[in-house]
Amino acid sequence: MSGESTYEPSNGFTKWMDDRLPIMRLGYDSFIVYPTPRNLNYWWTFGAILTFCLAIQIVTGIVLAMHYTPHVSMAFNSVEHIMRDVNYGWLIRYVHANGASMFFLAVYIHMFRSLYYGSYKAPREVLWILGVLIYLLMMAAGFMGYVLPWGQMSFWGATVITNLFGAIPLIGDPLREWLWGGFSVDNPTLNRFFSLHYLIPFLIAGVVALHIWALHVTGQNNPAGIDVKDEQDTVRFTPYATIKDVFGLSIFLLLFGYFVFFNPNALGHADNYIEANPLVTPPHIVPEWYLLPFYAILRAITFDIGPIDSKLGGVIAMFASIAILFVLPWLDTSKVRSARFRPLFRQFFWIFVVCCLGLGYLGGQPAEGGYVIAAQILTAYYFAHFLIVLPVLGLVEKTKPLPESIAQSVLSGGGGSSEATASPETRG
Amino acid sequence: MATTDTDEPTRRDFLYVATGAFAAVGVAGIAWPLIDQMNPDASALALASIEVDISNVEVGQSITVKWRGKPVFIRRRTEKEIAEAEAVNLADLRDPQTDEQRVIKPEWLVMVGVCTHLGCIPAGQKVADVKGDYDGWFCPCHGSHYDTSGRIRRGPAPLNLEVPEYAFLSDDKIKIG
Repeated sequence: MSGESTYEPSNGFTKWMDDRLPIMRLGYDSFIVYPTPRNLNYWWTFGAILTFCLAIQIVTGIVLAMHYTPHVSMAFNSVEHIMRDVNYGWLIRYVHANGASMFFLAVYIHMFRSLYYGSYKAPREVLWILGVLIYLLMMAAGFMGYVLPWGQMSFWGATVITNLFGAIPLIGDPLREWLWGGFSVDNPTLNRFFSLHYLIPFLIAGVVALHIWALHVTGQNNPAGIDVKDEQDTVRFTPYATIKDVFGLSIFLLLFGYFVFFNPNALGHADNYIEANPLVTPPHIVPEWYLLPFYAILRAITFDIGPIDSKLGGVIAMFASIAILFVLPWLDTSKVRSARFRPLFRQFFWIFVVCCLGLGYLGGQPAEGGYVIAAQILTAYYFAHFLIVLPVLGLVEKTKPLPESIAQSVLSGGGGSSEATASPETRG
Repeated sequence: MATTDTDEPTRRDFLYVATGAFAAVGVAGIAWPLIDQMNPDASALALASIEVDISNVEVGQSITVKWRGKPVFIRRRTEKEIAEAEAVNLADLRDPQTDEQRVIKPEWLVMVGVCTHLGCIPAGQKVADVKGDYDGWFCPCHGSHYDTSGRIRRGPAPLNLEVPEYAFLSDDKIKIG
């Protein structure tokens, strides 16, 4: 992106190294002089925050694995052992457990940022798809991690989710037994989930590397959603973006610290402090909060659709709600990226946010009566947003004039949010 | 691929394809053990059948036993429950089965106590449990109601509670699996 490298080795060693493995050149070009749009706001600090979250989860996870025992008769007690006996075990486990929630909170903000400013549009489709892939891997890691303490929610959450695969015609039952390694969720299941839970963060790290690579090929999007034209439009990554990221991270850590130190179980479920019992189902099974919207979609399909029974229908709807994100860049027909210049889209964006929050709320409620009907309406709207609203908006919406350049949008004040940017020679 | 411009496949083309095909078979051969190791192992399969003593189950009582890691409900049904189960019109059922098809002896109902929706354990085994609108079992997870024959009547579950393979070894003893 930055064109020719401007790195100049400063001493004998770095010169020697640069001729053999130019890793310092890579770091310098990517994280020191790399040009970032000068109008980036704090919503752009979440990439750094997420990188931090991944690192925290890996470090605390490796430490926890030193004290945890992945066996049905010992897992629950080993987690209590971590909490009571291991030096600072309580801290490390609470950071890891709440870290997962913070990771998802940050990823949701990051994704909605992308939706608002049209960061998924050309030429950043692959960047977006890699992001959705990371999100999927995060969900797998989060789900399997929740199973490891072997509490009641662990066990029954695992039972419900693995049973989803039983809905697949023909191969459903053998697939489910293959996942379980038995005829129900049991020791083999716990053991393999532990193995995979340890693997997935490293897969995520690999995809993150691709994600950042793709980002550095196309360059960052920005709040104005227009392309960088010349040096006027950018500032160096260091110190400008670095310091902004560190400040954003510090604010984020205040929230993180609040949960870890003052309310560590607020985001968990009390039933998970009861050891797993395969013969007793808790009255309400709910997944972790970050999976609730998808759980609501799963349960919203209570009716058969032709040859597809309600159970398979729910599973299809749930997976489709994630799969649709992969094709989002081609569903949105508008060429204008940023919602700042799309008055109609901006309203629909907020309706969509409310829709997702509503699904999250409903996912935590019992599946009965009005809750089911509300979940059905919101599920329908969720899909309509992608399949009807976005394609149609691009055709009918009258967008506001785009600013001449990023520099001009910044210098004319207000970051180019409204009339300030409507210069006469617009390139609509 | 190749060293000549002719369209005719050469001896070298054949060797490339044959080598590639062998490599593919080799990869599949290595992949299979890595996939199959996740299937239920010999020790899980060895627990495939159990024997249950039912001599001290009174009429109207239920017991739950564990078979293959899952609960099996064994209920000694009352006359009223049997009559209710037999009186049901098959046209009302999502998964039509007569009560006779689901039992060996009408008094004894034996079935896997796992909701056919997403695998929760329905309530209804204990006297104080919620039994649902059809006096049988009720799954609290997503609200499926089962009748006194364990058939799905209302809610998201697609099928009746599964009847496992079982046999009466004597009047007091059954073998499941």
